[in-house]
Amino acid sequence: MSADRYQALANSALGGAVVKRLGLPAPPRLERHEPGMPVVTGPVVFGEARGGHLREAVHEVMRSIGARLVDAKTAGDGDDRPAALVFDATGIDSTQRLRALYDFFHPTIASLKRNGRVVVLTTPAIEADSVGAATAQRAIEGFARSVAKEIGRYGSTAQLVEVAAGGEGAMESTLRFLLSARSAYVDGQAIHIQAADSVTVPEDWERPLAGRSAAVTGAARGIGEAIAETLAGQGAEVLCIDVPPAGEALAEVANRIGGTSLALDITDAGAPQRLADHIGERGGRIDVFVHNAGITRDRTIARMPPEGWDGVLEVNLSAQERINGALLEGELLGDDGRIASVSSVSGIAGNRGQTNYATSKAGVIGMVRALAPVLRERRVTVNAVAPGFIETKMTEAMPVGTREAGRRMNSLIQGGQPVDVAETIAWLVSPASGGVNGNVVRVCGQQLLGA
Amino acid sequence: MSPDALNDAAVLGGNRIPFARRDREYAHASNQDMFTAALDGLVARFGLQGERLGEVAAGGVLKRSRDFNLTRECVLGSALAADTPAYDVQQACGTSLETTIHVANKIRLGQIESGIAGGFDTTSDAPIELNDDLRELLLDLNRTRSTTGRLALLGRLRPGQVVPAIPRNEEPRTGLSMGEHQAISTKRWGLTREEQDEIAVESHRRLAAAYDRGFFDDLVTPFLGLERDGNLRPDSSMEQLAKLKPVYGEGSDASMTAGNSTPLTDGAAAVLLSSDDWAEAHDLPVLAHFVDAETGAVDYVHGESGLLEAPLYAVPRMLERNRLTLQDFDFYEIHEAFASQVAMTLKAWQDPAFCKDKLGLNEPLGEIDREKLNVNGSSLAAGHPFGATGARIVATLAKLLAERGSGRGLISICAAGGMGVAAIMERRG
Repeated sequence: MSADRYQALANSALGGAVVKRLGLPAPPRLERHEPGMPVVTGPVVFGEARGGHLREAVHEVMRSIGARLVDAKTAGDGDDRPAALVFDATGIDSTQRLRALYDFFHPTIASLKRNGRVVVLTTPAIEADSVGAATAQRAIEGFARSVAKEIGRYGSTAQLVEVAAGGEGAMESTLRFLLSARSAYVDGQAIHIQAADSVTVPEDWERPLAGRSAAVTGAARGIGEAIAETLAGQGAEVLCIDVPPAGEALAEVANRIGGTSLALDITDAGAPQRLADHIGERGGRIDVFVHNAGITRDRTIARMPPEGWDGVLEVNLSAQERINGALLEGELLGDDGRIASVSSVSGIAGNRGQTNYATSKAGVIGMVRALAPVLRERRVTVNAVAPGFIETKMTEAMPVGTREAGRRMNSLIQGGQPVDVAETIAWLVSPASGGVNGNVVRVCGQQLLGA
Repeated sequence: MSPDALNDAAVLGGNRIPFARRDREYAHASNQDMFTAALDGLVARFGLQGERLGEVAAGGVLKRSRDFNLTRECVLGSALAADTPAYDVQQACGTSLETTIHVANKIRLGQIESGIAGGFDTTSDAPIELNDDLRELLLDLNRTRSTTGRLALLGRLRPGQVVPAIPRNEEPRTGLSMGEHQAISTKRWGLTREEQDEIAVESHRRLAAAYDRGFFDDLVTPFLGLERDGNLRPDSSMEQLAKLKPVYGEGSDASMTAGNSTPLTDGAAAVLLSSDDWAEAHDLPVLAHFVDAETGAVDYVHGESGLLEAPLYAVPRMLERNRLTLQDFDFYEIHEAFASQVAMTLKAWQDPAFCKDKLGLNEPLGEIDREKLNVNGSSLAAGHPFGATGARIVATLAKLLAERGSGRGLISICAAGGMGVAAIMERRG
């Protein structure tokens, strides 16, 4: 990956002192998951607003992950400082009672460890009993996002998880992800958990994808390679797909992760059929499909040649639609099937010179949102990730000014790694994530652009 | 054992690296680099990482002496299980059809369940030997114990001995190159420049079309930046080829040019074969079955036969054994060593005198439908790394048969040393 020299400097003894003296932002070193690491590296403080209904469900998850729950008052200091603060805010039914947030976080937030985690649980506003309750529940989002901005410089993150009625039992995969180092670069997000009839609990949470087959497009390098690698690491048998000219790198990836390679230009008219045939011949089904392949052809709209528009829309959006069509029509997605698409922060915020790219990536969000309720009936989920500034060969080639701005303009003051996107995808496609559907999760360190 | 009691040998797929013209993209790639890449691409396509296969059989013509166990070295360097055995075979241009026969036969006998057959050749990273004078002197020096004896030997060193022996593309017994041999046959069979150039143009056109429609997407894996065969000229035309001067043969009717002869080429190719059971257990579809094969040779040294005429004899013997006629095939893959070799083959099998006198047949074998011949191009366009051509053809034919759904294919490959290898593949509907 490209070297963030400034971050290395700020984290060195001498460099750190200089950075501090000059009042420059000091990017924290983000902890990332390694095999054998516990979900949380210290005690978890649980708090709730009176009348909340998630206490039991949260406690059950904490037992499952082996987290030590402590009271806000008994939280220790030093190494025993809390690694996470989890607050059940579902009981807040009026704007006056929002004060419960202040009362819990005001005294505890400073005790949070570096690389700490804050999770606030709410009810979807639409399910609230009154206008006052809906107003209050929605207000919490502003709180969570602001907390994220305050603790980002310590490498800590804050998220909001909205739990629909009937989704209480479907929280575990999401809480595990958000509390762990796997979500290092996911920050300030609001995640929705829907009611799920049954959630598949993996035998081994380190390998929740064991026995599952997965396909990843654009798998020869960059983010796609990291996705393939991470899914394989979590037990999946991965079909690595990329265009024929990328075949050499693709074979290398497939061999490294014990998967298979398929050279396919997803924009070919016959590609969906070839893919369907391939899956049909090799086992007959695929459990997980990750649409990662994407291209950029940046130009302002006035200067953009037509092929620049067409190519980006084809690869980044239309091809995904056609492949989804073939997968669904051929009933090739297994039980508990999962589709995940890579969108982009550009698709949310827009970006100069990227009318084509942002259109395609916003389209991905539209597709995910529209498909989710339809697929729910088949017990299939579809979600998207929207990466912000991720350190890849592509960003390495950016002009220094643009690159530095991209890196620093987020709560964690640094770019993310491809593995951060990959871990997020792995959580979304886990068989245990049956309650996570129609979400667009940004992997951007809470980038300032695009709300 | 009757043939009915044998297992079927299935071809599951293949992989090769694009073939490169000599001293181009693969100038610094060794045989080992190339064949390991071909193997790894195959392993990736079929998810064979860490899998122990029955065997890997491969070989090349231009090999260094230290590469005695090259195929085994490639296996050890590949993603295959290290306990997969391997061996090297060398049968000139027929090498990797011969290795396919070996692997298929073992599968048919039940001795192995799966295997990879392949081949490779580099004309760029060619072995260069000490010239014989120097080599003998150095060996003598090694055998001599006394200092004076050694000094005497060193006194025999001459500047001329520094000139290395470079492998030459010529028959040791005649001193003629393969092209020079074929030029004799071209003249004898009265083959025209035009019919040869037509074969060459068609080969380029068809290979390019096959690439364009994605036919090779699951048969070729790019290597060292090369994505398609370096020799391929999609816009090759009769007018262009007509401009080339003859390079083999003499006189006004010399017709063999660089355009209708294969260039020196670097490359490697591999084919995955298995029993039907193994394929099913691994969820891998069977493309076609390897039915029968025949290897032949002719006496081109003392006899009247041309160097590249062996397939003319091997194919009819194989047809006879399988009770098939030459017209019972949906695809014909006749290796284009030279366009003239293909034209000669077609002409000979239609020639009543040749078929009667040489093959002992009452009727000529007859015509081949040109629309079924080398339908995706062949060596004139793809190039011809000697050891790799057979595996290229086997994989191509297997996929053609799979695409068609059912049918039968014939392979004919001429080889140096007056040899030829032929095979029949089939896909049952």
